[in-house]
Amino acid sequence: MQSNRLPIGGRVDRSRRLRFRFNGTVIHGFAGDTVASALLANGVSLVGRSFKYHRPRGILCHGSEEPNALLQVDRGPGRVDPNNRATITEVTEGLTVASQNHWPSLEHDIGAINDWLSPIFTAGFYYKTFMWPRALWDKVYEPLIRAAAGLGVAPKEADADRYAQRYAHCDVLIVGAGPAGLAAALAASTSGQRVILADEQAEFGGTLLHDTGSMIQGMQAAGWLVGTVAALADCRNVRLLPRTTAFGYYNHNHVALLERVTDHLADPASGLPRERLWQVRAKQVVLATGAHERPLAFADNDRPGIMLAESIRAFINRYAVVPGHRIVFATSGASAYRAAADARAAGVEVVVVDVRPVAACGPELALLRAEGVEVLTGHTVLGSTGRKRVRGLIVAPVDADGRIGIRRKLTCDAVGLSGGWTPAVHLFSQSRGKLTFDTAIDAYRPGRSVQAERSAGAANGSYELTTCLAEGWEAGLRATGRDGARSFRVSPATPTGFVAVRVLPGEGNGRAFIDFQNDVTAKDIRLAVREGFESVEHIKRYTTTGMATDQGKTSNMTALGLLSETLSRPVAQVGTTTFRPPYTPVSFGALTGAARGALFEPVRKAPLHDWAAARGAVFEPVDRWLRARYFPRPGEDMRAAVSRECRAVRSSVGILDASTLGKIEVVGPDAAEFLNRLYINGWTKLAPGRCRYGVMPKEDGYIFDDGVVARLAAERFHVTTTTGGAARVLDHMEEYLQTEWPNLKVFLTSTTEQWAVIALQGPKARQVITPLVDGIDMSAAVFPHMAVRTGRICGVPTRLFRVSFTGELGYEINLPASQAALVWDAVYAGGEPYGIEPYGTEAMHVLRAERGFIIVGQETDGTVAPDDVGLSGMIADAKPDFVGKRSLARPDLMAAGRKQLVGLLTEVPGVVLDEGAQVVENPGQPALGHVTSAYWSDACGRSIALALVAGGRARHGQVLHVTTQAGFTAVRVTEPVFFDAGAERVHG
Amino acid sequence: MGEAGIAILPLAPSARFSLRLAAAVVEIGEAGGFWLDIPINTCHVAGERMTVRLGPNEWLLFGPQADAIRHDVAATLGDRFFSLVDVGDRDLAFAVAGIHARDVINGGCPLDLDDIVFPAGSASRTLLGKAQIVLIRPGAERLYRIECGRSFALYVRAYLENIAHEFLRSPGSGILA
Repeated sequence: MQSNRLPIGGRVDRSRRLRFRFNGTVIHGFAGDTVASALLANGVSLVGRSFKYHRPRGILCHGSEEPNALLQVDRGPGRVDPNNRATITEVTEGLTVASQNHWPSLEHDIGAINDWLSPIFTAGFYYKTFMWPRALWDKVYEPLIRAAAGLGVAPKEADADRYAQRYAHCDVLIVGAGPAGLAAALAASTSGQRVILADEQAEFGGTLLHDTGSMIQGMQAAGWLVGTVAALADCRNVRLLPRTTAFGYYNHNHVALLERVTDHLADPASGLPRERLWQVRAKQVVLATGAHERPLAFADNDRPGIMLAESIRAFINRYAVVPGHRIVFATSGASAYRAAADARAAGVEVVVVDVRPVAACGPELALLRAEGVEVLTGHTVLGSTGRKRVRGLIVAPVDADGRIGIRRKLTCDAVGLSGGWTPAVHLFSQSRGKLTFDTAIDAYRPGRSVQAERSAGAANGSYELTTCLAEGWEAGLRATGRDGARSFRVSPATPTGFVAVRVLPGEGNGRAFIDFQNDVTAKDIRLAVREGFESVEHIKRYTTTGMATDQGKTSNMTALGLLSETLSRPVAQVGTTTFRPPYTPVSFGALTGAARGALFEPVRKAPLHDWAAARGAVFEPVDRWLRARYFPRPGEDMRAAVSRECRAVRSSVGILDASTLGKIEVVGPDAAEFLNRLYINGWTKLAPGRCRYGVMPKEDGYIFDDGVVARLAAERFHVTTTTGGAARVLDHMEEYLQTEWPNLKVFLTSTTEQWAVIALQGPKARQVITPLVDGIDMSAAVFPHMAVRTGRICGVPTRLFRVSFTGELGYEINLPASQAALVWDAVYAGGEPYGIEPYGTEAMHVLRAERGFIIVGQETDGTVAPDDVGLSGMIADAKPDFVGKRSLARPDLMAAGRKQLVGLLTEVPGVVLDEGAQVVENPGQPALGHVTSAYWSDACGRSIALALVAGGRARHGQVLHVTTQAGFTAVRVTEPVFFDAGAERVHG
Repeated sequence: MGEAGIAILPLAPSARFSLRLAAAVVEIGEAGGFWLDIPINTCHVAGERMTVRLGPNEWLLFGPQADAIRHDVAATLGDRFFSLVDVGDRDLAFAVAGIHARDVINGGCPLDLDDIVFPAGSASRTLLGKAQIVLIRPGAERLYRIECGRSFALYVRAYLENIAHEFLRSPGSGILA
C-alpha cells in the first residue's frame, strides 16, 4: 500500500495508521508522518505547480525551509488555511490537503503554458511590459497580475479556532533543540535558572532524529537523545516547547514564539487554542537554529523527485521512506556521502556525482567507494529528464578549465542535491547582530552580538557533531554566567568540507533555478546585473529572489554567490539582504489572540446601561463607552423620539445617565492655584459649595477640554471632564503637576467610575427630587444654579450638583456607582406623575445646541481658541499666567476674521443641514467655514445649526450658502443661541 | 481552592481608598491599621485591612468599613498634607486562583509572576489585555487579586475566562458567578 515505505525502521508509529486526502485521493500514513513523508511513502512526487511558470514541483526539503510543497489544508469549516508546508504539516486522521497554484488540476495545469513563454517572463517582466499605455494599468494590467499572482487562496470564512497568547520570562531561552541546543539546555539546566527550550519540529533532536550512524558518549545518537530529553523534562526549571518556532527577535531580548498546539491532533480536547503566541523576555538567548542545505543549480534542477541530499537521508532514516529506488546524489561537498551511504543501506541503488575533483575530496570518497558505491568525481550535471517526475540526470566530466567531456545519462527516480550549507542566522540578524562572511564555509555567520545572545553549532557555522555539542554546552554555561568547556565523544567524525559552486558548469541552455518558490533562475540574476543593478537589495526586488513565504532559505546564499561572481566582486562586498521577522509565516489568528469579537477592545457600559437596554434604547459608542442615544417607542423614528424627549425636558422633566463624564478629585492646599494654572478661568474666589464652568486650553491656546468644576471645600475640588477627555485630562494635569509644579501641594485621583451621575433636567426637576433628598435645603434661594451640596438621596450619600447642560432647571445627582440603579428607579418613579422621560445623548445634544453650548470635539477641533467660540469673557485676566495664556496673545489668535461660532438658520425651516457641510458666501466661492452641529429643534419648531465661519460675528444677518448632498441651500447667520436667549429658565 | 486547576471568582464589594501622602512615610509607619512604610509594589495585610503601595506617594487601602477607615486614617495623619479619596465603587475585584492562575494571568499580563520575582506580598499596577489593572498577591498561595475599573470588569472577566478555557478540564476548576 505504501510503496516507498521501508518494512522496518524510522520513528513513525506503525501501530497507528492514519488516512488523509490529498487532492481527493486517500493517502495512508502513520502517526509521526508529515504530509510530505506520507506522500513520498505512497510514491507521490508531484505536489504543486511553481509560482510563475507553473512548472511541476515536488518536495525539496524535510523542514520549514520548503519552498515548493505548499498546500491548502482543510480541517473543516472556518479551518481552511493556505500555504502550509507539507514538510511540517503533521498527518492527522481525516485531514484534507490540496495542492495550489494550478488550474484546472495539478496534473493538467493550463498555466503551464507560461513555461513555454518563459523567454519573455524574465526578471522585471512586469515592470517592462505593463508600463504603457498607462490607461490600461488600472483596468487591465493590475487586475490581471493580481489574479495570476499570490500563493493559495485566502479563506473567506471567519476563523473557527481560538488563539492564545502568553507572556513568559526566563533566564535562558534556547532556540533549537538539535545537538547544540540540547547540549546548551543540559548545561543551563544545572544552574537552577529558568530555561526555555523551543524547537519548531514535533520532536526534539534536530539532525539527531535522522542520524542513525553516530555514537555520542558511547551511545547511539537516538539513545543519547532519549536520555537527554528525559533528563531535561525532569528539570523543574526547564520548560520544553516542541512545535514552537521562534520567529521574531526584538529589542531587549524580546523573542516571539509561535506554538502550534492542536494542528497535529485529529480531535483536540475542547478549550485548547489552535496556536499560542509566546512573548518571551529572556536574560540570555542561545541560538542553535542549525543550517540549511543548498541545492545545486543546473538546467531543469527543479523536477519533482529532485530533493536535498540530507532531506533524502531524513526521509529514509526518520520516516522509513525511500523517495526513490535509484537515487543519484549530485554534490559539491562531503555531507551528501553520508546520505548516499544511508540510502544504500536502505536498499536503494545509489550513484554519487561529485563536482569536486578527487584531490578536493576528503576521506568520505574512499569510504563510500569501499562500500561499492559508484562515485563520479569531477563531474558536472548538465540537466535532467522527465516531466512530472525526474527520470534521469545528464552528467559529464568537467576539467579544471571548465571543459566538458562526454555526456552520460544516469537513469534515476530521485536525485539528492547538496551544494553546501548556510547557517540559519535569521534570528541573529533580527537581533541586529552583525554578520561576517566566512570564506571557509562560503557563508555569512554570526559576528559581533548586539544583545545578550550567542550562537552555537551549525547556526554558528560549525558542522561537526562533536563541535556542535561542545559549542552548545559552552553557550549554555556562559548564558548562566559560568565558564567551562566539555568535550563530547562522537564517532564517526562528521564528513564536512565542500567547494562552493554557484551554477554547475554546463552548456548554457535551459533554466537553472536558484529560488524555487519565486521561479528565479541564474539567467534572471545575470540579466539584472547586465541591466545595471548592483545592490543586493535592488536585485532582490527586481528579480524577487529570496521573497515570499520561504524568504529564500535555500536560495539566498547561491543568489549572493552568483551575484558576486557576475559582478566580479567578493561576496563580503556584495553584502546580504536584511533578515526580517517572521522567520516562517505566522497566522493572523495568533497575532490577534483573544482580541476579536467582544474582546477586541473593552466596551465600557455605564451604570444604568441595563435599564436603558431593557427600555429599548439605541446606543452609540462614545470613546470606549456605550451610551444610550435615544429611546424610541414603537413606530418612532429617531427624530420623533428625540423630539419627544426634548419636549419632556423643556416642558416637565427628563432623566439622563451622565455617568460617563470624567471626574477627577483635586485635593490639597494649592488645589485652587493648580486649577488657576490649567484653566482660562479663575478659581481662587469660587466659594465652597459653588460650581463654575471651566475651559481648559493646551499650550497652544486651543481648547482642550471643558466641564463643570465644583468646590466641595477650601482644599477639595470635584472636576468634571468630557466623556472622551477623562484620561487625557488627568494625564495632562499629572504631567504639569509632576514636571512643572512639583512644589504645589495637590494630589489628583480619578473618580470617573466612583460616581454614577443621574441628570434630572426640566422645570419639574426640583419637585421630583425634593421628597427624596435628606439634609439639603432644596429651595432656590439657598441652593441656586451652579451650586453643589452633599447629603443623602434615598438614603445614599450624594454630591448633588445644581447644573444644567440643557438650559433648564436641573440637577446632576452624583452617587456611588453601586447605588445608581436604586436611586434611578426612585427618581424615575417620583417623576412619573410629571410624565418623566428618559433621554439620550441625541436629545442632550439638541437641548444644549438650542442654548448654544459647545461640545469639545464638535464645535472645537484642536484649532479653536476660547474667543472663537465666544468664551473669552471667562478668561481671568488678573491671573499672572495659565497654560496657553501666552499663545492666546499671538497675532494669529487675535487676528480679525478668524473662524467664529455662529448660528445658522436655513431659509427653508424644514431643511436640516449636514454636520461638516461647507459654508460659502456664494456657490463657487471658497469656503468660509463649516457646520459643526445641526438638528431639528422641537422647541424652535425648525432646524437649527451651529457653525464656525470666518469673521462670523460680523456677519450676523447675512445670507450665506451651505453645501448639501444636492447642491447648496441658503442660510441666515444669527447669534449662536436659539432658545431662552436670556438664560432665565435655569434659575426656575 | 489550593488544588484547583483554575478558579475565577468575582469578589464581594470592599471599601477602598486612594491615599496620597507627601510626608516622609517612615516617620508615620502605620496609619489606622494600614502599614504605609512598605516597599513600593508590595502589599501588607493586617487583620481585615490591606495596604497596597503603588508608588512613592500612592497607596490603596482596603477594608470592610469605609467610615471607620476614613476616620482612623484621618485621625493618624492629622493635619499633614494628604489626600484620601473614596474609590470603593470605582473598582471591582476578581480572585484568580489555582495551579494555572499564573498561566491565565500571563495570558494577558506581561509581568513576570515567578515566585522569586513576584512573591507573596507583591502588588503592581499593570495591564491585562487592553485594560489597566492592579494585580495583588496577598499570600504565598497561588491566589491573585485583580482590581479593575468598574466598567472594565466585564471585559476583564471575559478575557480571563477566554484564557482559562484550556485549563477548565483540570480538577476543581471553575468560573464562579
